[in-house]
Amino acid sequence: MSAIPISWFLALSAVLFALGVAGFLFRRNIVTVFMSIELMLNAVNLSFITFSYYFKKVDGHLFAFFVMVVAAAEAAVGLAIILTVFKNRATLNIDEVDSMKN
Amino acid sequence: MQLWLIPILPLAGFLINGLFGRRFSKAVVNVFAIGSVVLAFAWALKTLVALAPLNTPYTEHYFTWIQSGTFTLNWDFSVDRLTAVMLMIVTGIGSLIHIYSIGYMAHEHGPNHGGYYRFFAYLNLFMFFMLTLVLGANYLVLFVGWEGVGLCSYLLIGFYFDKKFATNAGNKAFIVNRIGDFGFSLAMFYMFRSFGSLDFGTVFKQAPGAPEAVLTTIGLLLLVGACGKSAQIPLYVWLPDAMAGPTPVSALIHAATMVTAGVYMCARSWPIYTHAPVALHAIAVIGVVTAFFAATIGMLQNDIKKVFAYSTVSQLGYMFVGVGVGAFSAGVYHLMTHAFFKALLFLGSGSVIHALGGEQDMRRMGGLREKIPWTFWTMMCAGVAIAGVPPFAGFYSKDAILLAANQSAPWIYWVGTITAGLTAFYVFRAIFMTFFGTYRGEAHHPHESPPVMLVPLVILALLSLVGGYLFKIPEFLAPLFPALEVHENFTLMAISTAAGLLGILVAYILYVASPGTADSIAGSFKGLYTLVYNKYFVDEVYDAAIVKPVVNGSRTVLWRGADAGLIDGLVNGAGTAARGVGSVLRRMQSGNIRSYATWVLLGSVLLIVFSVMLWGPLQ
Repeated sequence: MSAIPISWFLALSAVLFALGVAGFLFRRNIVTVFMSIELMLNAVNLSFITFSYYFKKVDGHLFAFFVMVVAAAEAAVGLAIILTVFKNRATLNIDEVDSMKN
Repeated sequence: MQLWLIPILPLAGFLINGLFGRRFSKAVVNVFAIGSVVLAFAWALKTLVALAPLNTPYTEHYFTWIQSGTFTLNWDFSVDRLTAVMLMIVTGIGSLIHIYSIGYMAHEHGPNHGGYYRFFAYLNLFMFFMLTLVLGANYLVLFVGWEGVGLCSYLLIGFYFDKKFATNAGNKAFIVNRIGDFGFSLAMFYMFRSFGSLDFGTVFKQAPGAPEAVLTTIGLLLLVGACGKSAQIPLYVWLPDAMAGPTPVSALIHAATMVTAGVYMCARSWPIYTHAPVALHAIAVIGVVTAFFAATIGMLQNDIKKVFAYSTVSQLGYMFVGVGVGAFSAGVYHLMTHAFFKALLFLGSGSVIHALGGEQDMRRMGGLREKIPWTFWTMMCAGVAIAGVPPFAGFYSKDAILLAANQSAPWIYWVGTITAGLTAFYVFRAIFMTFFGTYRGEAHHPHESPPVMLVPLVILALLSLVGGYLFKIPEFLAPLFPALEVHENFTLMAISTAAGLLGILVAYILYVASPGTADSIAGSFKGLYTLVYNKYFVDEVYDAAIVKPVVNGSRTVLWRGADAGLIDGLVNGAGTAARGVGSVLRRMQSGNIRSYATWVLLGSVLLIVFSVMLWGPLQ
């Protein structure tokens, strides 16, 4: 493990984050968008752990746990919202959920 | 001596009638209005008797009005012999005219049926300000009274405020007087700068040592103020129009008292003027030109009140001549006698108008001698007094002025003498057209006025006859003003008297002996007649040269340009700009969650790029 340079971990984190952003921007299905958010959060988690390991400090681990807790809470609330939206509008297309507009 | 009581009494009358007069009956209004003025007269008389012989000014200090650095201005009243004369004229004539007004205004409701108490309230307010004016011991207190009488003049000229011409006349008086007051204000500023004080005593003590240029400037600026208030060329135009007010107002404000304030102020400022000969001479020239000019206009007027209005302008010119040739006491002398006979002429014409139910045009009068004999005889007294027939009041004062004028500049004497002839002519023309010949009007029963109007007429008639002999003002004021050696000159006296008698004779020939001659003479001098009949077109010239440009300039530049263009443009422009920016920005609020996400992404990228550019890459 120590043979693998830190930049590889960071590059993987960046690639995962970029994938999450791209998925958030380009997918229309709410569930997929939701998954993209989770992907971004986990990409950030990866870079937290990497730095924590690199600097030999425990702060990064702590942040990673916080992010997991928040992500879990967000998943609970977000899935509830998605269910309600689907029940009311019979669609999961994110572009059709625009009743706040005009 | 409680000098403050003198002006406060009419003020109390004004407050009571002004606030509660609507609920009072006419009798109650009379009690407060006339009572307060008569009490003021009595108190003034008592004070002056107690203060006699009044060789030095008596001053009362009430409170410090303005205190700023080294400058102190006190609310002081002061009485000297000049003030004493003015106090007696203002309260005495004022009381008579108030009493007369009971009869004259008896049938008067005025607009909104509030006319009666409103009239007396304003008249009392006028008395308050006029007394403040003459009692003030510095220029600023005088100015308070000066502005206040201007306000009352405006209110009373526009008394019939439902008539357009009356409100216009009121506005005209007020606006023209602003020009004069502007000069007065500048004079006070300059006085403060040069002497550091506005007190009569302090200023006059320093005046002899001041540079002549300073005194001349102050004198000329004060003269501008006096020209406005006392209706002299070029600011006389408001006074003839001021006749739109009720006739007692014309008698009190626009003949006997307020318009003489300019003369009073110039006489009061004699220590300044005696050291500024240019300014003094300017007073005399303006006075004599106005006297002649207004007299010529007065000869051709057909409205009885207009005749006397121009006569007032002309006689005020006489007073200016008196002051301007250094005969200050002669000017004040004429001020007093003029107050007697001109108030009488106005009250008499008011009685005529009253008798004829509102008719003012002399061409529709005539033959009223038997119908209203008291009015006729009292007006005859005023006529001989103003015409300078010896030994009546006008003769003494006019003679004093003309003799002094001859000593100063003979041409002023000669113009003044011609004016005296014209004066006699137009006054007797008015009397003959009104009282002689046959009645040319339509009113059914011309009736004599009630006693309440006739008693003031009779008292004023007696004063017009013997007032000049009884009250020798030049001797009374001799200790106050610099001595002026005037040599008695019977030739000159005879010439000016003859001019007056000639004027009466010509008027008699033209309007009684052979009526119709006047018209044929007018016909043979058509151009001149039209010019003078239309008052030399001065109003039209002022209208074209000043009023129109101001109105048009205000309309195009100030209204359309500055107000509508610039100010409204800025305000509306701010609104339009905000709306325009908003209409662009609202496109960002698409409601599309992915576009918001794009903005967030772009923002984060920009933030990172800027951070890297600013602080460099992370180490």
